Amino acid sequence: MDNNANRWSRIWPPVVVLAALLGIWQAAVAFSLVEEWIVPSPAGVVQEAMKPNVWPRLMEHAGATIRLAVIGFAGGSAAGFVLAALLHLLPGVRRGVYPLLILSQSVPIVILAPLMTMLFGYGLLPKLLLVVLVCFFPVCVAMLGGLAGTDEGLRRYMRMIGSGKWTLFWKLELPGAAQSMFSGLKIAASYSVLSASIAEMLAPKLGLGGYMVLSTKGFMPERSFAAAILIIIVSLALFGLVALAEKLVIRWRPAKEEVKRDA
Amino acid sequence: MLEVRRVSKTFEGKRGVKEVLKDVSLRVAEGEFVSLVGPSGSGKTTLFSVIGGLEKPTSGEVHVGGRETTGETGHVAYMPQQASLLPWRTVAGNIELSLTIAGVAKKKAREDALEWLRRIGLDAYADAYPHVLSGGMQQRVSFLRALLSPQRLMLLDEPFGALDALTRGRMQKWLLSLWEQNRRSVLLVTHSIEEALYLSDRILVLSSSPAVLVEEIVVPFERPRREELWEDARFMELRGRIYRQLEKDGGEEADHG
Repeated sequence: MDNNANRWSRIWPPVVVLAALLGIWQAAVAFSLVEEWIVPSPAGVVQEAMKPNVWPRLMEHAGATIRLAVIGFAGGSAAGFVLAALLHLLPGVRRGVYPLLILSQSVPIVILAPLMTMLFGYGLLPKLLLVVLVCFFPVCVAMLGGLAGTDEGLRRYMRMIGSGKWTLFWKLELPGAAQSMFSGLKIAASYSVLSASIAEMLAPKLGLGGYMVLSTKGFMPERSFAAAILIIIVSLALFGLVALAEKLVIRWRPAKEEVKRDA
Repeated sequence: MLEVRRVSKTFEGKRGVKEVLKDVSLRVAEGEFVSLVGPSGSGKTTLFSVIGGLEKPTSGEVHVGGRETTGETGHVAYMPQQASLLPWRTVAGNIELSLTIAGVAKKKAREDALEWLRRIGLDAYADAYPHVLSGGMQQRVSFLRALLSPQRLMLLDEPFGALDALTRGRMQKWLLSLWEQNRRSVLLVTHSIEEALYLSDRILVLSSSPAVLVEEIVVPFERPRREELWEDARFMELRGRIYRQLEKDGGEEADHG
């Protein structure tokens, strides 16, 4: 009961703020402070999206974007996971590669999108490659950090009782890195939708990103806004799914309240 | 059971060569409880690393169970100062993992863990994660884990150093009662002279930097140990003797930082 009350008291303030912002926006359009053909009202966007000739197409494009983001996210994360494990087990190679991986964190990978299109054309491959790349780096870097951050006391104990390299990896280092891995996965989840949309903008055949570009060019701001909102929803949903998976996997963590009490 | 033969260990650092252990020899017989006391920084941790096989001595040998094990891990059961329970494994799961790493079949490891958790009254926590346990309870699990391990030599590294005085006293009594039912060879490192006198058959006093064995004391009290031991005149006499021995050394330690 207490916990539920707590949760509600955390949820309602941002919801009120969001509703207020939407209200102001609606009012601004209603009182003609901005022209409706430049900035549509929230109600107008919903109305347009619900039209029978718009909704099915929006859904079709959303499906394409979700597919692209999810496949790219899965592939990129898996690659990042495997490379991190390999590098961790081969410290010599790690020394050469790790600094570059850290550096890659500050490179906006989405700038590679036009290059991908130039090299691989307008098909699915260049888009997928971009999403894979974008998801790969944060997962790999977070995993490596987590694997290297193993508690020294635990490592000493595990070695003392006779754990070999593999036992150390599977029983100590990998589970210990789970928390970091999920931080990386959450970043990758949001990046995947972002990069998928950008890839679609460059080759606007299918997907919400492409639909958005075409609607903008066709002076249909309601549809652009609808596509943008759907992209945001997809991004939040994917992030939420990863956060949920984290909660299900990492059940050993002390509850937040307990941590506070200790501190 | 354990024989350390003329072990020396030097580290080469930025500020030259540091001699940590010098010609240390000691034995722990089958079923014997031996304590090492010494000022902090006297190389006790290094000595444990060498005995446990984590570090190779610069010279000398380590024999466990009649076989040379210098530089080999896996021959000791270990209880560190921090309970060192894996946070993502349940209490029973932690015990089970350590036993299986030491070669016990998984099913037997599980059964042993549950059986003993019941005996020490922690069966309600078998499926709980370690963070819900108090410090004292975690140390009980950590000790049980070492006690159940098939290795016949137990290394206890200041196991109660992080506990408050009251809990510490209770834990000593508890450990002793468990050990007296299930005698194993134990080498205990401790700061506390009283703890060493209360628990062990023999006490080895180490000096600091480099660590040299300066005195060996056979503890004369019969087992099972009584609680009123603290008031025994011989107890106080021995405590004074060890204390003076350590103090002689402490002055030196201050100079070395």
